[in-house]
Amino acid sequence: MEKLTVSSSPHLRHSDTTAGIMLDVIIALCPAAIYGCILFGLKAAAILLVCVVTAVLAEFLWNKALKKPNSIGDFSAVVTGLLLGMNLPSTVPLWVAAIGSVVAIIVVKQMFGGIGHNFANPAIAARIVLLVSFPGKMTSFLEPVSDTVTSATPLAAEAGTYSAKMLFFGMHSGSIGETSAFLLLVGGAYLIIRRVISPIIPLCFIGTVGILTLVSGGDILSAIFGGGIMLGAVFMATDYSTSPITAKGKLIFGIGCGLITFIIRKFGAMPEGVSYAILLMNILVPYINRFTLNRPFGKRKVGRHHA
Amino acid sequence: MPEKEKIMRPVKRIKGGCFLPHLKDTAELETVEMTGVETVFIPFSQHIGAPAKPVVKKGDEVKVGTLIGEAVGAVSAPIHASVSGTVSKVTDTGIEIKSDGKMAPDEALAPIEVKEPADLAKAARQCGLVGLGGAGFPTGIKLDVKKKSIKTLIVNGAECEPYITSDYRECMDNYEDVIEGIYLIKKVLGIKRVVICIESNKKKAIKKLFEIAADKRDTKNRVRVMKLPQKYPQGAEKVIIYSATGRKLPLGKLPSDIGCMVMNITSIGTLYRFIKTGMPLVSKRVTVDGTAVPEPKNVIVPIGTPIKALLEFVGVDTEQIGKVPMGGPMMGIALDDINKSVEKRNNGITVMKSQIKSETVTPCIRCGRCASACPMQLYPAMVETAVKLNNTEKIKELNVNYCMECGCCSYVCPARRPLTQTMRVAKSALKGEKK
Repeated sequence: MEKLTVSSSPHLRHSDTTAGIMLDVIIALCPAAIYGCILFGLKAAAILLVCVVTAVLAEFLWNKALKKPNSIGDFSAVVTGLLLGMNLPSTVPLWVAAIGSVVAIIVVKQMFGGIGHNFANPAIAARIVLLVSFPGKMTSFLEPVSDTVTSATPLAAEAGTYSAKMLFFGMHSGSIGETSAFLLLVGGAYLIIRRVISPIIPLCFIGTVGILTLVSGGDILSAIFGGGIMLGAVFMATDYSTSPITAKGKLIFGIGCGLITFIIRKFGAMPEGVSYAILLMNILVPYINRFTLNRPFGKRKVGRHHA
Repeated sequence: MPEKEKIMRPVKRIKGGCFLPHLKDTAELETVEMTGVETVFIPFSQHIGAPAKPVVKKGDEVKVGTLIGEAVGAVSAPIHASVSGTVSKVTDTGIEIKSDGKMAPDEALAPIEVKEPADLAKAARQCGLVGLGGAGFPTGIKLDVKKKSIKTLIVNGAECEPYITSDYRECMDNYEDVIEGIYLIKKVLGIKRVVICIESNKKKAIKKLFEIAADKRDTKNRVRVMKLPQKYPQGAEKVIIYSATGRKLPLGKLPSDIGCMVMNITSIGTLYRFIKTGMPLVSKRVTVDGTAVPEPKNVIVPIGTPIKALLEFVGVDTEQIGKVPMGGPMMGIALDDINKSVEKRNNGITVMKSQIKSETVTPCIRCGRCASACPMQLYPAMVETAVKLNNTEKIKELNVNYCMECGCCSYVCPARRPLTQTMRVAKSALKGEKK
């Protein structure tokens, strides 16, 4: 008889894998990405392609150089590349997009230990690096209908420029993947149904910005549907390693993101603040985790008897 | 009494846990009795506590039910011959008996009278009864309580492990023993209320249990059936107490400390059979199922039967098996040798095919699924980091001692990390610290 396999329990595993989760995220991003390509043309498609290919290549070469196991099979580099591409305006030169991907994978992700160890979302951090390095190139948006360069995004445009329908379905200028709130929400719903993400962060993020804008007398429609909030709240703020683990923590994180976004938009020099808001909250995640951990089942609060 | 009032919903529901495939292929099959056992090897230690001490020697004639090893000290349980025949070997770990094939019961066995709580505890001890849900805690100790000190008797019929249906069959086949057992324990110990817990998908068993609950002896509607959600691990002691009473059992406390007693449904049936006939715990219903079992079955097996003989009886090709967890696939311990014996606390054997592809472990992606699946609300991924850094301070801070090793964290991990094993390592690291 053959020798029996002895391993520790459990002897049953759920079918979900890391690669499966990443594939789900890619599927969820596809509608908005494809719409972006239709809206902004072939150039947009080229940017997305360059971002994805560079990201995967960078990860592959890094692993090769450091003699680490090859990790491109988990598709996380594809997600990073795709997210970065969707966060870029369609006018950006391809080499800028490529630099962004290299920064995201090598500097932000791998240098901190690879998947699960990065403290900031690679796509967001890379976008900010590009934004401060190439401010002109990163803020010239294409007007989708007339092909005029340097159209103001709904956030920078005067209120009333766009109708509610145009804002919601994405017929306006902006980064490649951020314009269609509708398709991004469809992707988000898919991820929630597949239990890949929890709805807490997106709801708190979007809700906070909405309420604060409303209270301060701003244009709520362009605030929620016009900028990068949908893409940021659904796909980037929910990144596993850079968001809190507990439900309470997620709540704080989402509200924090919304608050900072609003403050930057309202009082800062820039029309958009989603990326900075998420990055700032990313840094706070270890602290949020630490102060929101649940007590284990059946453990009483310490120090209660003194009260 | 109307069904609505007899069947109740859980008082509280746990936060974690996971939905597993049920795989209860054997649920509606008749239980088969195993015959033709040639030799049995009955281990001294089939329970938590001190091993039994032999009272027979090589060459002694024994019958089914004859005492062959007596309990030593407070926490222990006796063992009895499960076949009739001759004692062929007494080793350091157990007693081997060659069967004469007659399965003749010991004539000295007689029904037992139970009136006082002490009688009940004594009966459980004489019976050699241990927690048949898998824990193996001597039942005599559990039942050794003062009259009226227990408010709630929780009858555990959850059977939340995949494949296993032995408790379900006890409910279906021997439900009279279960009824009588429940009412006897309730009366003798002066227990106020009884909650019979069972997962909501076992409709036929719920119907049978409803008959127990609707018995005419229960005039004040104190015996009720509770439908548990089909979420693993409903049958864990802390979880079932929470579902039935809404109370959280603190770490290190016994259910009796909060006025509860949890008993497995088969334990109750077995105890009643002993009181009725005097026949101690000598055989056990075991579910044999898994990917390598062509025809899964519930089999009543004499205790001490070699597992190999049982597998052959069920028709498993023992040349083609890869992994044999004793118990269900979630908490079962993988055997290194199928010549070991079937023990009292075994309720199932999962037999898996050979060449199980070992899946590659990938880095943790911090998805937090292990934390949301943990019924004790622990953070296995954080414990893993602390174990890697050998940080006992942090391990302690993360309350690893609350872990009951149910396996949920490993089950849900998309990176296939052996988190449950890591929790065990963390717990033993803390133990080492104390020394």
